[in-house]
Amino acid sequence: MITISSLTKSFGSGGPAVRALDDVSLEVADGTIFGVIGQSGAGKSTLIRMVNQLERPDSGSVTVAGRNITELSGRELRLARQQIGMIFQHFNLLNHRTVQGNVELGLEIIGTDPAERRRRTADILELVGLGAKARSYPAELSGGQKQRVGIARALAGNPRVLLSDEATSALDPETTRSILDLIKTINRELNLTVLLITHEMEVVKRICDSAALLERGRVVEQGSIVELISRPGSRLAGELFPLGPVPDSNANTIVDITFSGGTADSPVISQLARRHGIDVSILGAVIEHIGGNQAGRTRLELPGPAHLHALPIAELRAQGLLVEVMRGQAA
Amino acid sequence: MIDVNAPTFWSDLVDVLLVATGQTLYMVTLSLLITIVVGLPLGVVLVGTEPGGLFERPFGSRALGIALNRTLEFIVNLGRAVPFIILMIALIPVTRLILGTFIGTGAAVVPLSAVAIPFFARMVEIALKEVDHGLVEAADSLGASSWQIVAKVLVPEALPSIVLGVSTTITSIINYSAMAGVIAAGGLGDVAIRYGYQRYSGIHMVAVIIILFVLVMILQGVGSAVARKLSHRSSTPAESPVFRRLLAREPRGG
Ligand SMILES: Nc1ncnc2c1ncn2[C@@H]1O[C@H](COP(=O)(O)OP(=O)(O)OP(=O)(O)O)[C@@H](O)[C@H]1O
Ligand SMILES: [Mg+2]
Repeated sequence: MITISSLTKSFGSGGPAVRALDDVSLEVADGTIFGVIGQSGAGKSTLIRMVNQLERPDSGSVTVAGRNITELSGRELRLARQQIGMIFQHFNLLNHRTVQGNVELGLEIIGTDPAERRRRTADILELVGLGAKARSYPAELSGGQKQRVGIARALAGNPRVLLSDEATSALDPETTRSILDLIKTINRELNLTVLLITHEMEVVKRICDSAALLERGRVVEQGSIVELISRPGSRLAGELFPLGPVPDSNANTIVDITFSGGTADSPVISQLARRHGIDVSILGAVIEHIGGNQAGRTRLELPGPAHLHALPIAELRAQGLLVEVMRGQAA
Repeated sequence: MIDVNAPTFWSDLVDVLLVATGQTLYMVTLSLLITIVVGLPLGVVLVGTEPGGLFERPFGSRALGIALNRTLEFIVNLGRAVPFIILMIALIPVTRLILGTFIGTGAAVVPLSAVAIPFFARMVEIALKEVDHGLVEAADSLGASSWQIVAKVLVPEALPSIVLGVSTTITSIINYSAMAGVIAAGGLGDVAIRYGYQRYSGIHMVAVIIILFVLVMILQGVGSAVARKLSHRSSTPAESPVFRRLLAREPRGG
């Protein structure tokens, strides 16, 4: 649905230019939720703003629903933008318009007639759970409600794609979850493709099908969540399962074992202990709901150097578990 | 010298004041209408033709945008810099060209508009610049054209500030209209000068001051009330004007 190829963008004339995006390529499949995660200044906003051309690239292209949007300008670009909804960190609602008026804005721009506008707005407000607030002004709403209006406004024109620029960063954790769930719902019900950027792993965990890690303007890793979880050494997976740094361990071996999907309930520890007579100590474990599935990672300490445990490790891998030897490899 | 004890003094005073108030209101209202009609678009164009503005490239030409911006800036600065009394005299040929005459109440509208337009355009400019750029981006993301952004986002969002600008502009037009006696436009200022100053009538002077003061207070009050009503930012009851006035009347408890 969205194909981003080799986007490059620098800012600043005069002084040293900031390379906000450096050869970024991504592919967002139709109907999926794709999360781009990165630290402040990584270039996330710059990237997402390229998708509706609020920002023009130095080079590279963005294709949305088969149209190269980077080539468009004027009226053609405006028409293309009407197919791409966007929601913002600070909601960006018009203070002088009611909830209803805000949602109608996009429809007025498109030129929908008033009766149709009202009908469509009522439907969409119902969908986002704000049917009762149509006549309120933004100043009378909570942050979560404001973002619901933002979502309604973005959806009113029936876009194919929704862009979300840190849509939940200004919200408390509980409201964040309810907004994320709403995004997931509309993604499913309207078959809407969502590209979101965030600096919070929670967001990726809760609703994303795929993710990319952006660092200093470059994509360092990307893939579907399922794929990332079973990818050895994946930094995104490491973030998904926050086990912390590997502790210094004298002569022992430390392994991280990742369970997901069908392997989620393998009796690993008892297997190691009983079948191989190994004294296993558990250093940490994280179990997460990721994209609706249970997945987890356990960090175990095994006595002695890794080569002593080659056989049991191979056995676990044969069962489809991801086993990463974090320490003790070289011994 | 005016004789306060003359039998017709008080009725003459009322007549003079009524006529003068009428002249002042006429000059001010007409100048204000012209000022808004010209100053509002001028303010929009001033902001729009700035680098990165909505009308950065009128007809696709950045050079034209720059030229337009510089020219308007120059005119606005000039209008703000020249003292009104000089502007009024300097504009006499222009007034004569437009109206066929350069004296009288109607003729004063030309210099009054000329001084108020740059003033108001600056206020509009400031009001428009206060609008959160995020709102413009939101409209952009919905596929709005530049004109739609002006009409649906910028001006309506800036309206409370623009209304405050209007009421400040009225005050300054009233202020300048006091000098319009120079071109025989009459008005309250003229009464103060002709009766109060030249004929030593303290009563005329005081009456004019009271009328001007009341006029300005009413207009400012209405302006602020309208601005507050238009601004939907403060909507809690504690912030509504009625509620605040009620609170103010409450005796202070221990
Ligand atoms: N309009 C601009 N002019 C100059 N520099 C810019 C501009 N926009 C972004 N940058 C720079 O580009 C880099 C990437 O900015 P960007 O806003 O994309 O980061 P981000 O990942 O969204 O960060 P945050 O999480 O803080 O929003 C930063 O170094 C920033 O200073
Ligand atoms: Mg950002």
